[in-house]
Amino acid sequence: MTEQADLDLRPKLIGARIKRTEDPRLLTGLGNFVDDRQVAGVLHVAFRRSDHAHARIGPIDTAAAQAAPGVTAVFTAADFEKTVKPLRATSRMKGYYATPIRPLAHDKVRYVGEPIAGIIAESRYFAEDAAERIAIAFEPLPHVADPAEAAQRGASLLHEEAGTNVLVAREFKRGDVDAALAAAPVRVKARFRMRRRTPLALEPRACVAEYDRSRDALTFYSTTQVPGIIRDSIAEALDLPGHRIRVIAPDVGGAFGGKASLYPEEIFVCAAAHQLRRPVKWTSDRMEDFAATGQAFDEIIEAELGFDRDGRALALAADVVGDVGAYSIYPWTAALEPVQVVSFLPGPYRIEHYRGRVQAVATAKAPTGPYRGVGRPTATFVTERLMDMAAAHLGLDPKEIRLRNFVRAEDFPYRIGSGIQWDRSGFAECLTAACDRIDYAGLRQRQVQVRTAGKYFGIGIASYAELTGIGSRISVAPGMPINTGTETATVTVDSTGAVTAAFGIASHGQGLETTLAQVIAEHLGARLEDVRIVHGDSAAVAGGSGTYASRSMVLAGGAATLAATAVREKLVNAAAHLLETAPGDLVARDGRVTVAGTDRWVTFREVARAVYAEMGRLPHEARGELAASKTYDPVFGTTTSATHIAAVEIDPATLEIKIERFVVAEDCGRIVNPLIVDGQVHGGVAQGIGAALYEEIVYDVEGQLHTGSLVDYLVPSACEIPPLEVVHIESESPTTLGGFRGMGEGGTIGAPAAVANAVADALAPLGIEINELPVTPERLFRLLSAARK
Amino acid sequence: MSARAIKVTVNGVAYERSVEPRLLLADFLRHTLGLTGTHVGCEHGVCGACTVLVDGDSARSCLMFAVQADGARIETVESLGTIGQMNALQEAFHEHHALQCGFCTPGMLMTATDLMRKYPLASDDEIREGLSGNLCRCTGYEHIVRAVRAAVGRAKDAPS
Repeated sequence: MTEQADLDLRPKLIGARIKRTEDPRLLTGLGNFVDDRQVAGVLHVAFRRSDHAHARIGPIDTAAAQAAPGVTAVFTAADFEKTVKPLRATSRMKGYYATPIRPLAHDKVRYVGEPIAGIIAESRYFAEDAAERIAIAFEPLPHVADPAEAAQRGASLLHEEAGTNVLVAREFKRGDVDAALAAAPVRVKARFRMRRRTPLALEPRACVAEYDRSRDALTFYSTTQVPGIIRDSIAEALDLPGHRIRVIAPDVGGAFGGKASLYPEEIFVCAAAHQLRRPVKWTSDRMEDFAATGQAFDEIIEAELGFDRDGRALALAADVVGDVGAYSIYPWTAALEPVQVVSFLPGPYRIEHYRGRVQAVATAKAPTGPYRGVGRPTATFVTERLMDMAAAHLGLDPKEIRLRNFVRAEDFPYRIGSGIQWDRSGFAECLTAACDRIDYAGLRQRQVQVRTAGKYFGIGIASYAELTGIGSRISVAPGMPINTGTETATVTVDSTGAVTAAFGIASHGQGLETTLAQVIAEHLGARLEDVRIVHGDSAAVAGGSGTYASRSMVLAGGAATLAATAVREKLVNAAAHLLETAPGDLVARDGRVTVAGTDRWVTFREVARAVYAEMGRLPHEARGELAASKTYDPVFGTTTSATHIAAVEIDPATLEIKIERFVVAEDCGRIVNPLIVDGQVHGGVAQGIGAALYEEIVYDVEGQLHTGSLVDYLVPSACEIPPLEVVHIESESPTTLGGFRGMGEGGTIGAPAAVANAVADALAPLGIEINELPVTPERLFRLLSAARK
Repeated sequence: MSARAIKVTVNGVAYERSVEPRLLLADFLRHTLGLTGTHVGCEHGVCGACTVLVDGDSARSCLMFAVQADGARIETVESLGTIGQMNALQEAFHEHHALQCGFCTPGMLMTATDLMRKYPLASDDEIREGLSGNLCRCTGYEHIVRAVRAAVGRAKDAPS
């Protein structure tokens, strides 16, 4: 039997519904989250944060705070002037201004909640007491809250040295969009608005820097998705070599992009621990999380889509203003979210002529940063609303207009007008499968019946494509300070035969300890329970960034495949000597190397002992370390697609929008673990429903935050989220190793558009369009009142 | 502030400690007793991550001071099954993938424990209503509802 034939016969680990190895510790209270760490002699931090949105910082009187009970030290920006180098999210983008990132506000504050002073005390209680005793003389500066006003010449500047509040402006175009739109017989146009939100992981951000006096080194535990990036940036800020700063992300309680950037508090805690030569800890409370964790969305989009008389899209033009908040977040830059809106606006459709213009405008609000879907939820909302508006105009069914415009099977690979290339993915297959599952035709019939009874019942479709598993040829900001395009796996069989696989990724709910073990065990021929996955540790591999952008299974899974295969070859070669047979006759499976078709085998443990411990048992050439380190780069990345369908009913009295059914049909390529894929889709959809109906960060015209608690910022509970149905279309990816496509974010990309389309469909008899999300009862009431006038 | 002596029973173990009146019950459990399974997500009583049982009723340990628990019997996630021997509810969460990051999980488990002791949980709507005071950002609740449904079914089938 050939090795391949044997591989085909045995039970597959990749694709199996395997219960997670992470679960038992998390279910029994034995999880190891950052704030759970008990560190002897640790000092606690409370920050005095700005209550002004935009003000010059005058003299700061810290004497009373210094003298308060339990206080060890009080730091302001002046204390780090010589010891901490400001960092900048650099990029080669033309006209881009990279704002400095410092541990504490320097000269000015630029948003409510910006840290100005850090108090270090024996307990958090003492630190908070002392924070109130700091007196700061503020000199208020003009408001910079509205992005359109802030972009004007003469507006008050947040960063005077930039000369403008427009931190970056870009344009993507193909063809002659003005001429094509002018010639298009059917045009739809609207102004859309996606309101600001926050990622809101249930675990607030936290970090603790443990100081090793013996070698002037820090071990920094942080709730981060990107330990490699944090290690590199702290090393730069404090001018330390990488081996004296190790960053560990232990169990992390959700992140959704909100823990994927470098934060001032992280620099502060490291710098303070380094200066005090003591362990220092900070745990954010929920108010701080609302005020200072990277926020998301907040775009205004003017878009127009032109069609021929048969409903085929010809040209799309869009102007986007992104309100990016006060700083260009490190390392992603302020371009991250708004630029990706214009990158993905053409969606899964053939649209020959395209122009997307975008401005990222600084305002006196918390900085925006990565959030699940990055730009795609907004882009999908806009394009899918335009598709439905055009369908209504043309008298076409929303399903039909999408089928007429999808990139067809024969068109792949297809480059959309922004330059992004789609490879083969089940665009039409997902739409068809979602319609079948929800009984689309049946729902439309029911809609006719209930409408005559005066009910508001609507069905909304959203189809999208996303770029996942992005390789080294594509960067969110050209020339930014990190490489997002590769990941490394180091697989080691130690002298006991145990398998350890180390990665640069950092799982924080995705179950990668389970799924990467599935990949390693399958390619190595190990037993799943013998494989330990090490991740979330900057010391695990020489260079790595972390987990974000639906990349970990594509990149780390690819690296795992390469490294495990290389180690299997070494095991087999060594075993060939022990079994006195040719390597080609051997197969590795279940932790043993077996002579194919016989019952002669040696265990990994026996092979490992022979290689490492038993002198003279193997010839020199078969005694190489049973380890391999491999780096994988998917170069361009791959395409994941899906269709979401929502059916909603609106209560005419309360205007409560009840989602009756929600179906997702998605193509994430080869599925490693269906249980986990379902969970990722469910969670993404729930956050997308939040974006559509509930979740909104509100700043007033003065830049004051009005949604600083969970009482004001509404997160959907189990009662607001309907039962979720998922259909998998598993088409192999032609470009990635293993055929994996990324899938962590997609749920959040499709759901806002599907719900918006369903609400608009429910209210279609009244001629109401839903062009602003979230569509709260108040917004709906205003729309209905206006329509009835 | 002067410390006060309190006596509490946590997971069957009696403790006598001297605490400051302003110490939150959540901080007492986590940092004084080292029972870090109870998590703190909002400190204002909305998210439910810190849910424990106080004298048999679910309560937000971030909305109570430790001194208010003087004389009380407290159950936390550490009172349920162990890694080697999880209880039926924990097993159902494991089987149905009802947790992702695991941060809300201890609170979910304690709320579900309370619900299962007191109510029939005959429908999924009843389960959702019962869990509506516990926020989860990862799962979309679907698998949590299925897990609780399965645990309720298993409890019903078990010989009484």
